[in-house]
Amino acid sequence: MKVLTDNFALYGKGFLGTVELTVYASVLALVLGFLMASFRVAPVGSFRVFGTVWVAVLRNTPLTLLFFAVLLGLPRFGLVLPFEVFAVLALGCYTSAFICEALRSGINTVPKGQGEAARSLGMTFSQTLGTVVLPQAFRSVIPPIGSTIIALAKNSAIAGAFSVTELLGTYKSLNELGYSIIWTFVWIAVGYLIITLTISALFHVLEKRWGVAR
Amino acid sequence: MAVDPLIELSGVNKYYGELHVLQDVDLTVGRGEVVVVIGPSGSGKSTLCRTMNRLETIESGTISIDGQPLPEEGRALATLRAEVGMVFQSFNLFAHKTVLANVSLAQTKVRGRKKDEADKRSRELLERVGLEDQADKLPAQLSGGQQQRVAIARALAMDPKVMLFDEPTSALDPEMINEVLEVMQQLARDGMTMVVVTHEMGFARSAANRVVFMADGRIVEDRTPEGFFTAPESDRAKDFLSKILKH
Repeated sequence: MKVLTDNFALYGKGFLGTVELTVYASVLALVLGFLMASFRVAPVGSFRVFGTVWVAVLRNTPLTLLFFAVLLGLPRFGLVLPFEVFAVLALGCYTSAFICEALRSGINTVPKGQGEAARSLGMTFSQTLGTVVLPQAFRSVIPPIGSTIIALAKNSAIAGAFSVTELLGTYKSLNELGYSIIWTFVWIAVGYLIITLTISALFHVLEKRWGVAR
Repeated sequence: MAVDPLIELSGVNKYYGELHVLQDVDLTVGRGEVVVVIGPSGSGKSTLCRTMNRLETIESGTISIDGQPLPEEGRALATLRAEVGMVFQSFNLFAHKTVLANVSLAQTKVRGRKKDEADKRSRELLERVGLEDQADKLPAQLSGGQQQRVAIARALAMDPKVMLFDEPTSALDPEMINEVLEVMQQLARDGMTMVVVTHEMGFARSAANRVVFMADGRIVEDRTPEGFFTAPESDRAKDFLSKILKH
């Protein structure tokens, strides 16, 4: 207990760091995932190829490797940004591949006739997707997207290895101060639980509200 | 007939892999004409219907609507599709929207009508198909026949030049078939240009100007209903009719 009360500020900073990384990266992942899912079902072949390559590259690269590529690679091309931003980029792009696939599986649950009916009425591809297909797809993808965002929250721990302030990274300082490693980690785990359970609860509410009523 | 062609297909070919589903199909549908397409399963009649608004692409040949060749995928195609109403075998009402919203959606999105203006038009059309009291229900709360009538109203809301019906009664109970056919009969009497793929021979006899008989991806006969049903020329049509008219 003492480790928490003595170092509340340090824990708090780490906790907020993880929350920030999670929120920003989630927003980026959702936006990019949505865009890539649209690409993957687009009538234009080159869009489909782009979406497919995006998913293949990002989903199949270890996240740590991706962090190295972004944090060490991009500055070589003259793109120098704060490490926090790089971390959000890496996490967001990585997770967007999973969001894209979850959305796409949702799109596939919507009967083909729905899109055909919309198109036969003269609606464009984006109108069809936006007003007919995705609202129905959305209902069935709430649970898998929730899981993906929870995974993102936990994956943000990798950013700590790249000197971004986040929850897991606090153990280094606390360990140097001589606190029990077990209790240090217990409180870190509690911090992650607070974040992930909040995400679970949020998605539970979304599912209650919007989920498919069968 | 066919003095003023609205739909013209010439030399249309389509393949599903090896399968040659439409073979050199030529067909002209005149303005105000009701053309009923019949034929055995797998003869390509549904595919033919779906090529007319490019829900199915074709490998060769040309299709034009009102003198305008069907454009490639894109905005021009969407604009043209708005002029071609389509009614599907499986209704395909938007499952997450109310009946009224189903009929109004494309009016606002495609025709740019204001919401209250679109809703007013939708209610008129729902009244025309006898469903004005169902406007606030979801499609799943309606019977098949009611859903199909909503689908017809939805297509009519775009003020199309032509209506395509792809087996509109094949998924319905016998009781419900009539309520849909009555709406279609009324449309035909009002002078709507219609292409109807169906197994309802009664409708073909009473409402059609022409009957097109398809088999194995080809148009085998293109006749008046009277001529086709009383004196089919081809063996294929004779065989088909003998099977379905036996009961």
